[in-house]
This record gives sequence, structure tokens and C-alpha cells, in this order.
Amino acid sequence: MSSWRSRSRQSNTSRISDEQINDLVSKLQMLLPETRTRNNDRVSSAKVLQETCNYIKNLHREVDDLSERLAELLETTDMSSSQAAIIRSLFM
Amino acid sequence: MNRKNYTHPNPNPNYTSNNSMQSLHFIQALARINRAASKPTTPSCRTKQIRHAAYSSMAYTSGSRRKWSRALLIRLRQRQRLRARRLLTVRRRVRIVTPAMSLPEEPARAETLRRLVPGGRSMEYCNLLEEAADYVQCLRTQVQLMQSLVDAFSS
Repeated sequence: MSSWRSRSRQSNTSRISDEQINDLVSKLQMLLPETRTRNNDRVSSAKVLQETCNYIKNLHREVDDLSERLAELLETTDMSSSQAAIIRSLFM
Repeated sequence: MNRKNYTHPNPNPNYTSNNSMQSLHFIQALARINRAASKPTTPSCRTKQIRHAAYSSMAYTSGSRRKWSRALLIRLRQRQRLRARRLLTVRRRVRIVTPAMSLPEEPARAETLRRLVPGGRSMEYCNLLEEAADYVQCLRTQVQLMQSLVDAFSS
């Protein structure tokens, strides 16, 4: 890392190229449900970040909802009959 | 206990061994919660336990490989300790303030993303994007897992 000292005098962003950042942003875009089908370069990185934030918030909310439903179902369900169904559904 | 290493045929190419680890963690946690049901618990208490189990299994599966999973594990343990000592009241957020490493060239949206991804405050922008992608994938797996459990239980 002999070049580290000389590089640190430059701005921080030159260490990581814009190309790398664009690559990461496009990888993120691939994960999003809506923009995946469009898949064009016209989607700006700001838009991708916004969509990612919304997606994460949605997923958090879904985890909360599903936790609630699982809590209800665990109380009332008869475990022995559902075991086979569960194991099958998980590993398929 | 007889430990066998076997691989079963995988018809679904999106299904990785990480996914089954995550499923196992979560199922074990659910079983523990179910066994402890001899003590009367309110529905909201159970919901919180299951939610805790969900995020735990996500974090344990990625383990120490990811910054977000390390941060999440720390956060979960802190909350557990505080709750055990009855110090964690509803709706109070204990925030450990660290200066956010945001460069002036970054888009403003990154601030929200930093808040959403565990441990995001102290990440460099480049790492934040990478960690966010991994976090999203893990979250999605967890949601799919819980959905299929709900479906299995309600049939």
C-alpha cells in the first residue's frame, strides 16, 4: 500500500471509480421488483436508491405482518398434521 | 446424534444452501418459542419473539461475513439485554450516535439507506451499496420463508 499516502491527498472518491459505483448500483437495480423488467440505463442511481429504500421498508413491514400471522397460527394449529407439509414446502 | 452429509437434488436453482441454513435457524427458533408456550404469553409478546427470531436467523446465517449482520446481531443482543433488565420501554429508541460518513458528492437518498441497513451509518458509500444488496436478498429470503410457513400452517 505504498500509494496509499499519495492517494489520500486526493479526494476520497478517486479511490473508488465511478464505474464500480455504477456497477454496484445496477446490481442493486436487478434485485428490485419493478425496475428489473425494464432494465434500461435510463434509471438514475438516485431513483434506484429511492426504490431500494422503499423496497426495504416494504420488506420490514412484511416481516412484521407475517410475524403477527405466525404468532396467531402457532397458537391454534395442530402441529403433528402440518409437519410434513411444512418440511415439504421449505425444501422445494 | 447421527450426522450425515448428504446432498439432495435441488430442482430450484435459486435455492442455495444458505437458504436452508436460514430456514433451519428460523424453524429451530420457532420450535423454541412454541415449547416455551407453557408460560402464558400475550399475542403481541409472541409476535415480538417471532420477529426477533426472524432477524436473528437472518443475521446468524450471514454471520460475521457481512457488516450488516454483525451490526444486527449486536443490536439484537443489546435489545435482549435491555428487555431482560426491563429497561427497554415501548417506543424508546436508544441511539448510539456515530458521525455518518457521507461525502458531499453522494445523493441525498443515501442517508435514508444508511438508516435502513443495519450498521449503515459508518459504511463507505461503496460498501453501503454492496451491503444493501446482500441485506435485501436476505430479507427477501426471510419473507418468502415466513410466507411459505404461513401457507403451510393455514392449509
